[in-house]
Amino acid sequence: MKNIIQSLSRRQLIQLAAAGIAAPTAGLALSGCSQNGRKGAGSVIVIGGGFGGSAAAKYLKRYNGDLNVTLIEPNTTYVTCPGSNWVIGGIAEMTQITHNYDAAKKNGINVIHEMVTSVDPEKQSVKLSSGKTLNYDKLVMSPGIDFKLDAHEGVDTDTENHLPHAYKAGDQTLLLRDQLRAMKDGGTFVMVAPPNPFRCPPGPYERAGMIAHYLKNNKPKSKILILDQKNAFSKQGLFQEGWRNNYGQMIEWVAMQDGGEVKGFDVANKTIDAGYGQVKGDVINYIPPQKAGKLAFSVGLTNESGFCPVNQQTFESTIHKNIHVIGDASIASPMPKSGHSATSQAKTTAANIVLELAGQEPISAKNVNTCYSLVTPDYAISVAAVYDFKDGKIAAVQGAGGVSPMGASPEFRKQEAEYTRGWYRSITNEVWG
Amino acid sequence: MKKLILPAVGLLLTFSVPFAHAVDRGELLANSCFSCHGYDGQVSDAKIPPLANYPASMIVSQMKAFRDGTRTATVMDRHAKGYTDEEIELMAQYIGKQGS
Repeated sequence: MKNIIQSLSRRQLIQLAAAGIAAPTAGLALSGCSQNGRKGAGSVIVIGGGFGGSAAAKYLKRYNGDLNVTLIEPNTTYVTCPGSNWVIGGIAEMTQITHNYDAAKKNGINVIHEMVTSVDPEKQSVKLSSGKTLNYDKLVMSPGIDFKLDAHEGVDTDTENHLPHAYKAGDQTLLLRDQLRAMKDGGTFVMVAPPNPFRCPPGPYERAGMIAHYLKNNKPKSKILILDQKNAFSKQGLFQEGWRNNYGQMIEWVAMQDGGEVKGFDVANKTIDAGYGQVKGDVINYIPPQKAGKLAFSVGLTNESGFCPVNQQTFESTIHKNIHVIGDASIASPMPKSGHSATSQAKTTAANIVLELAGQEPISAKNVNTCYSLVTPDYAISVAAVYDFKDGKIAAVQGAGGVSPMGASPEFRKQEAEYTRGWYRSITNEVWG
Repeated sequence: MKKLILPAVGLLLTFSVPFAHAVDRGELLANSCFSCHGYDGQVSDAKIPPLANYPASMIVSQMKAFRDGTRTATVMDRHAKGYTDEEIELMAQYIGKQGS
């Protein structure tokens, strides 16, 4: 008996309790569902095993255990972008930010490690690299981002091997970390930060702090120069306060309008042609402008912005029916492109797919985002928001959300640093556990 | 419905498998808490409090206190302001201990 209870999820126990209490009127309690008390079964395919896709698969199963849920992800492990700046700064190891799909399989999800070669929105089918074709009632795509390599002169597909973006975590993360470790004391680390919209708006600036943390302890004569392709950035006041308080003048940020604008690169000579003049970097971290992941383009889910327009209640594509696009590839503004946003959108989407397959009305969920950023290992700042679905669009709830206070005490910043790591443990367990 | 009068073990087994999973507002609202407070409100080692063992009444009172500024916070005040009384009660009923 004890074992049975322990093996049941909290959700099931709550439902059992409710069923027990409601036993005499059980028929009534189930009236919202189809006649046999189940929601209709169906096949849902999820493409992409990042935050959005993995969370969608998990919550689809949670909301309707009868669904046939298939997760397609070419890699057998996933390295999160959150936490990857900590690896670059030398305060975390890759193993701590690498996750796998064992739990997804245990949760009843059919996991296929193959590439998707094509999607046929008319026939509602997905073709895999093995040649196998799978049919779906509903498709969820969470393809992440891709880079625009035609935005700056001198850039091609090989550029990332010399000027790493480290904006898809994995080998790129290690390449940038190793270049930083090989840099001489007194060297200049140059980051070219991307224009809006891009994945993880505070990401480049957390990275600057983590690199400064490494340099301060190992190569204190060095400098960090950020050439930004925009004139303002996320949590700007808080980051700049944190940089000043912890790293003095080590980090210099240059807005696009003040000379930060980049025209092109001489990759071999590690030189940047910027409004600022010719800038030579000992290490250059070029984070290119971004667009939706490749598959979103080949399936025809993007518009002129390079991202995917969706119904912001259900995340169903406004271009192709029965395909839902979530995460960084979707247009969900004012939600930022973040792992937390993608996870929130995954739940909203899973719930609406389950409801639709059961012949029920869509639900207007409240989406949520929380982004923590470390400035030092013991000093963090955050931005949070709660979103409503109103007048056909996602809108931030007025008066809620916002950023950490300016001028807060060291204890407050330290507490947020602890919550940063707590957030990472919790959300990665939610998504890949 | 006959199976409902079976002993408790039978009832658990019967209902744990085919039970219909309604996706209601309370559940969806509560699921938002999981990203920080742990899946099903259970975190193992974090400084963030797990919610699984909190009574629903405490979740309601604390969310309202965060929202109204009578309890200070780092981030919960910013989240709590995003919810109405009704939404707070719905999420608390789902995540909190029933009947407390």
